[in-house]
Amino acid sequence: MSGERQPLRARVRVAREGFTLDVDLELPGRGVTAVQGPSGSGKTTLLRAIAGLERAPGARIEASGQTWQDDGRGVWLPAHRRSLGYVFQEASLFTHLDVRGNLAFGQRRRRTLPSAAAGAVARAIDLLEIGPLLNRRTDTLSGGERQRVAIARALAAAPELLLLDEPLASLDQARKQEIMPLLERLHRELEIPVLYVSHAPEEIARLADHLVLLEQGRVLAQGPLAQVLSRLDVPGLAGQDAFVVLDAVVGARDASWNLLRVDFPGGHLWVRDEGAPSGQALRVRLLARDVSLAMQPPQATSIVNALPAIVRGIGPAAHPALALVSLRIGDDEAAGGSDLLAEVTRRSLDALGIQPGAAVWALVKSAALLA
Amino acid sequence: MSGVSALSSASDLSAVWLTFRLAVVTTAILLVIATPLAWWLARTGSRWRAPVIALVALPVVLPPTVLGFYLLVAMGPNGPIGALTRFLGAGLLPFTFAGLVVGSTIYSLPFVVQPLQVAFSGIGRRPLEAAATLGAGPWDRFFNVALPLARPGYVLAAALGFAHTVGEFGVVLMIGGNIPGRTRTAAVQIYDHVEALRYGQAHALAGGLIAFSFLTVLLLVAADQRRRPRS
Repeated sequence: MSGERQPLRARVRVAREGFTLDVDLELPGRGVTAVQGPSGSGKTTLLRAIAGLERAPGARIEASGQTWQDDGRGVWLPAHRRSLGYVFQEASLFTHLDVRGNLAFGQRRRRTLPSAAAGAVARAIDLLEIGPLLNRRTDTLSGGERQRVAIARALAAAPELLLLDEPLASLDQARKQEIMPLLERLHRELEIPVLYVSHAPEEIARLADHLVLLEQGRVLAQGPLAQVLSRLDVPGLAGQDAFVVLDAVVGARDASWNLLRVDFPGGHLWVRDEGAPSGQALRVRLLARDVSLAMQPPQATSIVNALPAIVRGIGPAAHPALALVSLRIGDDEAAGGSDLLAEVTRRSLDALGIQPGAAVWALVKSAALLA
Repeated sequence: MSGVSALSSASDLSAVWLTFRLAVVTTAILLVIATPLAWWLARTGSRWRAPVIALVALPVVLPPTVLGFYLLVAMGPNGPIGALTRFLGAGLLPFTFAGLVVGSTIYSLPFVVQPLQVAFSGIGRRPLEAAATLGAGPWDRFFNVALPLARPGYVLAAALGFAHTVGEFGVVLMIGGNIPGRTRTAAVQIYDHVEALRYGQAHALAGGLIAFSFLTVLLLVAADQRRRPRS
């Protein structure tokens, strides 16, 4: 695939009865951008407008350095002339074709240069592990297999943008777990920008590099995942436990105690050793309610991870008794730092006299390693 | 086909052959005409949709003689269709095979349009949208996604259109008269037999028509099933 990717720019305004969508996005030319928001917040409408399945008057959409729509200048490319892949909530495979026929459909009609498309089909088959399914009829596939074929079909056309509209929403938990590692691999290896609409914090924590929060058709927040998640002025992933995601690397292992040290900018955590090799990049998900605060370095405690931190701000949490505390770990310019969230009672904040700027210890009770 | 002596009648055979040709030609024309019409009806939000549906369905409720009468008048020397066909140098349509085809096409139209419309509606927008995101333009989507997905609808439409044309009587009699070898179809021939009290020959021909219609529809359905092996 080619070198530097152009950013995706989308300015979309849709006004319908009882619904308006008004967003202006600039998304990086690589990586997964998760779009999250409650039902009716306009996520699907946004994706459909970007794909050209719906015409939003006055919209301006640029992808991979090409203008797909600019009503100000009378530019409009219909969906079939935009080099994109779209995966719907239900797989929407062609039932009159077998799996191979479904893949070939997009491949034959691809809108990219042959050089860029070389090997796209083989790669899609490999990434989604659908080799054994190629000769199957689509109505004999399980829900998970269908969705894998749908994603592979989108990729087989060698698109320059991949749009996924809640691709796992129609699957049960077991099927989700079956596809998730494939999506994580996709995330690591794919060089095109991906827009991923999802409700599920789990999927966002594992897959997203960037996050766009939508509410009632407006952008509540957008930016790098860690940055958006640690903000106190937006209610995080609506209705869910607040959490942050740290990009970490396996630094060392303590074989005698089966512990693994994962290093992230500004600090490290000891977690259960599940066998990740040294040097492997992984993600750590920290729930705010698993982080407590202390004014002194803790002594005589069973908690393994205590990180010195500076309080950056205090904001509301789900219950009035609680507060979310935004913490900065590691302020050293060179090593960089990371942001954490702690959920504590307001009474504790008061008793300990914790204010923005205070130096505290963040006690991490548990941390989940994501691939 | 029982009763070899009865069917040995050359006029019976020619009536069956004419009926078969009429049904094949009419069904072929109908599938071509009904496809865009059914496609439009299945997808449009136009206010003309309801009137067009009613118009297409009219032959279902109209007595065939009424339809045949108006067609006869319209195709006659003083009618608009007659004026047109004469202007085009095609002469007049009444009492010709071409006239029968025109009448049958209009008469059987709803039986072909409706299954197709149901089939197209059943596909929904999603497969077509998926095809668009995979690079297929409008014609491409129609021929390579919509048509194959609507195939069961086409089988049913062809079977109904064929069977209905084979069985028509009133329109044929009105437009075609009863000219042996040219416009005397099997249904008309049976009527003639009964009028002349040749019940044996009427039986043979009627029974033959039943068997023939059944076989035709069976063949269509079987061909469709062979092409989509069920697991």
